[in-house]
Amino acid sequence: MALRISQQGTGEETEVEVVEEDHLQSWPKGAPLAVVGKGHPRLEGNEKVTGRARYSYDVRLPGQLYAKVLRSPHPHARIDRIDTAAAEQLPGVYAVLSSANVPDIAWYDESALFDTTLRMIGDEVAAVAAESEEIAEDALRLIEVTYTLLPFVTDLEAALRPGAPKVWAGGNITEEPKIYDRGDAEAGLSEAEVVIDEVYTTAVALHNSLEPHGCTAAWEGEHLTLWDSTQSVYTVRQEVTEALDLPEHRVRVIKEHMGGGFGAKQISWKHDVLAALLSRQAGRPVQLMLDREAENLAVGNRPSTRQRVRLGARRDGTLTAILAELAQARGAYLTGGEASDVSGMYQTLYRCPNVHTEETPVYINAGPAVAFRAPGHVESAFALEQTMDQLARALDMDPVELRRRNYAEIDQTQDKPYSLPEGLRLCYDRLTEAIGWATYERPEPIGPKRRGIGFAAHDWGGGSGHPPGYAWIELNSDGTADVVTGTQDIGTGTRTGLAQIAAEELGLPLDRIAFHLGDTGTGPYAPVSSGSATQATIGPAIRVAAAEVKAQLFQVASTILEIPAERLTARDGRILVDGDISRAVPIEDITGQIAPHTLHGRGARGPNPSDKAVKTFGAQFVELEVDVETGEVILQRIVTAHDIGRIVNPTIVDSQVIGGITQGIGFALTEERVIDHRLGLVLNPNLEDYYVPTIADVPPITHVHVDVPDTEANPTGAKGVGEPPLVPTAPAIANAIFDAVGIRIRSSPMSRDRILTGLAESINREPRVDA
Amino acid sequence: MARTNTLQEEQALGAATGIASRIAVTLRINGRDHPILVEPRRTLLDALRHDLTMTGTKKVCDMGNCGACTVSVDGQAMYACLLLAVDCDGREITTIEGVAKGNVLDPLQEAFVEHDAFQCGFCTPGQIMNLRVFLDQHDDPTDEQIERAVTGNLCRCGAYPNIAKAARRAVELRAAQRHAGSTRSGDR
Repeated sequence: MALRISQQGTGEETEVEVVEEDHLQSWPKGAPLAVVGKGHPRLEGNEKVTGRARYSYDVRLPGQLYAKVLRSPHPHARIDRIDTAAAEQLPGVYAVLSSANVPDIAWYDESALFDTTLRMIGDEVAAVAAESEEIAEDALRLIEVTYTLLPFVTDLEAALRPGAPKVWAGGNITEEPKIYDRGDAEAGLSEAEVVIDEVYTTAVALHNSLEPHGCTAAWEGEHLTLWDSTQSVYTVRQEVTEALDLPEHRVRVIKEHMGGGFGAKQISWKHDVLAALLSRQAGRPVQLMLDREAENLAVGNRPSTRQRVRLGARRDGTLTAILAELAQARGAYLTGGEASDVSGMYQTLYRCPNVHTEETPVYINAGPAVAFRAPGHVESAFALEQTMDQLARALDMDPVELRRRNYAEIDQTQDKPYSLPEGLRLCYDRLTEAIGWATYERPEPIGPKRRGIGFAAHDWGGGSGHPPGYAWIELNSDGTADVVTGTQDIGTGTRTGLAQIAAEELGLPLDRIAFHLGDTGTGPYAPVSSGSATQATIGPAIRVAAAEVKAQLFQVASTILEIPAERLTARDGRILVDGDISRAVPIEDITGQIAPHTLHGRGARGPNPSDKAVKTFGAQFVELEVDVETGEVILQRIVTAHDIGRIVNPTIVDSQVIGGITQGIGFALTEERVIDHRLGLVLNPNLEDYYVPTIADVPPITHVHVDVPDTEANPTGAKGVGEPPLVPTAPAIANAIFDAVGIRIRSSPMSRDRILTGLAESINREPRVDA
Repeated sequence: MARTNTLQEEQALGAATGIASRIAVTLRINGRDHPILVEPRRTLLDALRHDLTMTGTKKVCDMGNCGACTVSVDGQAMYACLLLAVDCDGREITTIEGVAKGNVLDPLQEAFVEHDAFQCGFCTPGQIMNLRVFLDQHDDPTDEQIERAVTGNLCRCGAYPNIAKAARRAVELRAAQRHAGSTRSGDR
């Protein structure tokens, strides 16, 4: 196993090998599995439908206080004076923190937990813990702050102009642009017979997990416990111990159930440290949950982008060049976590010898960007896949055929074959078959409603698994099992999918598995739940742990039954001799004889294959109507196919696919953080004016299962599904809009306003021709 | 007409008496009376979640946009974040905690589990409370009526198609339950 080691101070990384293997053979394709592949209902279903599931927001401890944060009302300002005396004297207030009484704790770039320079609306100015949320809010109103206002910029393009107000003294470009070159892109363009050159923009999208960020902090002596709404209990533990200079064994982070994260909760945010400090000062547990406005201002978003895309191709469709000049607005600060990789898909989705990408991250005086479900790829798919559609039309070629002609079987950035090289082709095959593409006929328009169909493809670097990660299993004396891992179920169905792996390998029915996760105090290390990686990371570790337990079980059974262990198998709670069901012995008859001793197994996730690149792929068709009188887009049907390896639980995977596409619909049509750039003010940090999709916005969605185990990827053959489904949705919608009414909307969201404007501009143009 | 106290007056009152600024109300929730003292500004949602530790009802937007805090008040689906606790004295309130009988799920809850009508589950109590009131009023709703009924309940995980499926399944289960009930009473 390769672990990355960062050298303190130098920032250099080295790798160290730790010997650990998930040595098991992958379950073969078509293997008759008993539990894996079945659509079992979620293990925590009953808790969630009865209101008994306890989320971080629901933690209630004796003497618990509630915290509120005073946030900057200005996009760029300096605090000249802060007076918290009146707030401190308000009855019911236990602790007030601000730059006046908190020592410098480094945070974000060169900033601090409480910086006296504020770089965005929503920056933390002070925090109060009080007996009730209402009293805490009263106290915030009693804090007097004098600000000096500074010049600001909140627009990506404006921030890049010469003389723009500077977010940081060093300027608005956050770091050196990331440049990638393969072959000679300019030469590739000049040898092209067709060149497309277009500019796209995408808007800032807000995660809007229904449970906001937040936590409850409680000290017992020198031991701190944080119940946090987080995608990574271990990341929070590490970052909080660093910020507070605590030893790691004195901090425990717990997350049982979580009301969504979508990427935004994969790092530790200021509230973790604020709650811990407030709790220490107050001598009581403190809950600090963000309100919806703070949620939408301060703790992450999908950055806006500007993308200039150039494609060069020969008449037969062969791509000769791909060039992408990209800028993305990172907000006022750089956060950690999964990178927003806008460049990636330009480099890998299609076979092309000549590729140039350059990506410039830009500071603006607004909330910081953080990973949002397939970060970067949702944005780049919107541009690349529209440009491919435009190219197909320019060549008078079927859009699927154009993509088949430029099929990549290797990861060209690493010069390694994909672990399942036919993955994307299988998506094309199954999808075109499902929709009857060969003989597809577009329905006739009805009145002002024009019908269209659009196609888009994608790849995604996630889903491969992020080793290391660990699991333990106890096989109890009554034939039940406890599975323990330090991963977390962020609402995706992780518990159930992973429990199915344990049940399969142990030969137990699923209802004999208890699954424990989300607690640094009890579970072994597991990485952040991001990158669609959890099933593929922890699944193999669990399978190894289960195999170890099973080997011990067979040793015991072999002695008791006087039959060699090699002749034993386990299925449905029984041990079979030579696979013979008539000679089955209940597992508890064996384990009962060693009670109260339990059998203990440990499992580690081995490394990803070194000679293969593991990715997920997918493709989508969207059918829709555009009402040319109102600009309304009425989605009719979405059909989608994904190479995500083996499908462990088809019910839950379908839910993930539908959910991802639903967010893709929002990104495509309605979701946009709106800023008044003259005031720097976010106009819609709420669920009233920021439009997430409702039930009425979602058409029938068909997930065509590819379900081919990626046996090279890991011993379960399962990859990840969390992020991929929404990547192709917006461009497929855009391409269908073009198909319907002959206009290209190159900015997200494709609002009615933009569609009506596009229609008005196209009146004097020939229909179905790109500008 | 009552004058609203200024913040300072309220504080002075609170400091002098400890609880003078709070008002006694009795919330009747899931068939049980809960006498509590609340500030007049406390919402029903916060009274449930803070004063009564009934955290099944979720706080998401706190301004009537999302439906996550939906409870039944006198047989109507209402947003608990838009009601003041003091206005709910004596009213018949049902929350998600009152839907299952012990460990026996209500047909709607059963249908939600069966059809995977949630992922993270944070919107689920609100979806169920809203649909439950709706199904009490509509024995045999059309798909369009079901969809319209839950349009105000946001689900960021996007479980919408399964929520609609679960609602249709619950219609069947409830009909079967009614049928079984009427057969039994007919036998007597």
